Amino acid sequence: MLKDITLGQYMPGNTVVHRLDPRTKILLTTAYITMIFLVGSPLWYVVPALYVALASRLAGLSFGQLLKSIKPLRFLLILTFVLNLFFSGGTTIWVHWGFITIAKEGVLLAVHFSMRLIFLVVGTSVLTLTTSPVALSDGIEILLKPLKVVHFPSHELAMMMTIALRFIPTLIEETDKIMKAQQARGADFESGNLIARAKAMVPLLVPLFVSAFRRAGELAMAMEARCYHGGEGRTRLRVLRFTMEDTKAFLVSAAALAVVIVGRSLL
Amino acid sequence: MDCIQPIETQGATYRYEEDGQQAVDHVSLSIPKGSMIAVLGHNGSGKSTLAKLMNALYLPTEGRVLVCGLDTALEENLWDVRRHAGMVFQNPDNQIVATVVREDVAFGLENLGVPQPEMLPRIDEALLAVRMTEYAAAAPHMLSGGQKQRVAVAGVLAMQPDVMILDEATAMLDPSGREEVFSTVRKLNREKSITVVWITHFMEEAALCDRVLVLHHGAIAMDGTPREVFSQVDELKKLGLDVPPMAELAEMLRQGGLSLPAGILTVDDMVKELKACL
Repeated sequence: MLKDITLGQYMPGNTVVHRLDPRTKILLTTAYITMIFLVGSPLWYVVPALYVALASRLAGLSFGQLLKSIKPLRFLLILTFVLNLFFSGGTTIWVHWGFITIAKEGVLLAVHFSMRLIFLVVGTSVLTLTTSPVALSDGIEILLKPLKVVHFPSHELAMMMTIALRFIPTLIEETDKIMKAQQARGADFESGNLIARAKAMVPLLVPLFVSAFRRAGELAMAMEARCYHGGEGRTRLRVLRFTMEDTKAFLVSAAALAVVIVGRSLL
Repeated sequence: MDCIQPIETQGATYRYEEDGQQAVDHVSLSIPKGSMIAVLGHNGSGKSTLAKLMNALYLPTEGRVLVCGLDTALEENLWDVRRHAGMVFQNPDNQIVATVVREDVAFGLENLGVPQPEMLPRIDEALLAVRMTEYAAAAPHMLSGGQKQRVAVAGVLAMQPDVMILDEATAMLDPSGREEVFSTVRKLNREKSITVVWITHFMEEAALCDRVLVLHHGAIAMDGTPREVFSQVDELKKLGLDVPPMAELAEMLRQGGLSLPAGILTVDDMVKELKACL
């Protein structure tokens, strides 16, 4: 039952967006987030909307896949909308009924912040839907490399991500095994209230942690035996290369960002 | 650099700091180039510790360990020692680092700073040698135990070592996986003349090596060809080891009055000798 768990939300494919250098995609996502925060009024969300529409079309993602990414956020969205609607004040009052006051400014603000949230999540999920976790950790490692001057461990961070990805299936398998072993001895993971079920997890988590630590020790020794000595003087099998497609993507994003900045100054 | 004397230990001793116990006790041995030597011994006999001494994972508390003439105790030799003497461990899951087979084979090369264009042929060659080429793009957790161990062997092989130390590499595998890994390593030993130190507790594997070393309480108890070692049935039993079934049967027949020569290890040997008796 634990076997068919999917890692992240990566959808393998071979579209232009999938082929883009992960560094490009990370940088463009950062630019996109900046763009969202620079949008001055609800109307101007048309620019990021077009941008996301173009990106997801090129990536072969359906509207439904993008909407799915908002689902876990639905309560936060409603909360943001309601709070802004009722509590942001304003002078042009549209509805006044008992203690409830809805002003024009409140409505605009509520729409504005909800849109911001939606676009943030939808846009960044284009990145995670089209980039494998390994490519992401590669991109992050190289992009963070300049931070080495302030002793930021970019290589170590990426190595940790890779090892975590490598061991997730192994540990899931192990959890499954331990669960079955404990169930065979009468453990009950399914019934009882929340506290009872949390307590039932203890005989599962303790052996899992013990085994994870043992694995970590053995892996460290195996890595040392294969001459691992940190990122210093290390070469890489996967070499990232910018192509013409990356340049094009940068240009399109720069244009979108420029339009939003111009739009903001027009207000 | 050509390696004439892959492994040499001179009174190598290792004492665990925690309990002061002597895991390896004044072991002096030299392993000639291109040979495959099996190291036997019951649990706690110091097999694994000896293996780790040969790869500078442990440093001898007394005596010296030389890998290709390099003293493992010298700090500046550390990475050279580990490049010359590759090591494969027992648990297949706990020695694979990357999420893709090909990248795991590359791990050692990346650590050595091998330029990327040079890596590709070395990876392909290593995967071909262990017959895992078709799994180059597979995820390690989808492979069987024997396949994972062959990937681990490829990872070491790509580093072009002179010696391969396999520390009970087949202990966690099923019989077919064991056979897969053993025959792969035996072939590498013969064809690429890589020296192999094969640590095991399976007698049938040791019987197929060139030389057998039996450890007891950290010291060498027996040393010789499989025939020499396995014909000393009583001695082996005293050391808490199994004897290959045919050697044991031969011993029983001998006690029963049949005059069989020493050194019967396999069913084929037995058939031949029994025919000669009739």
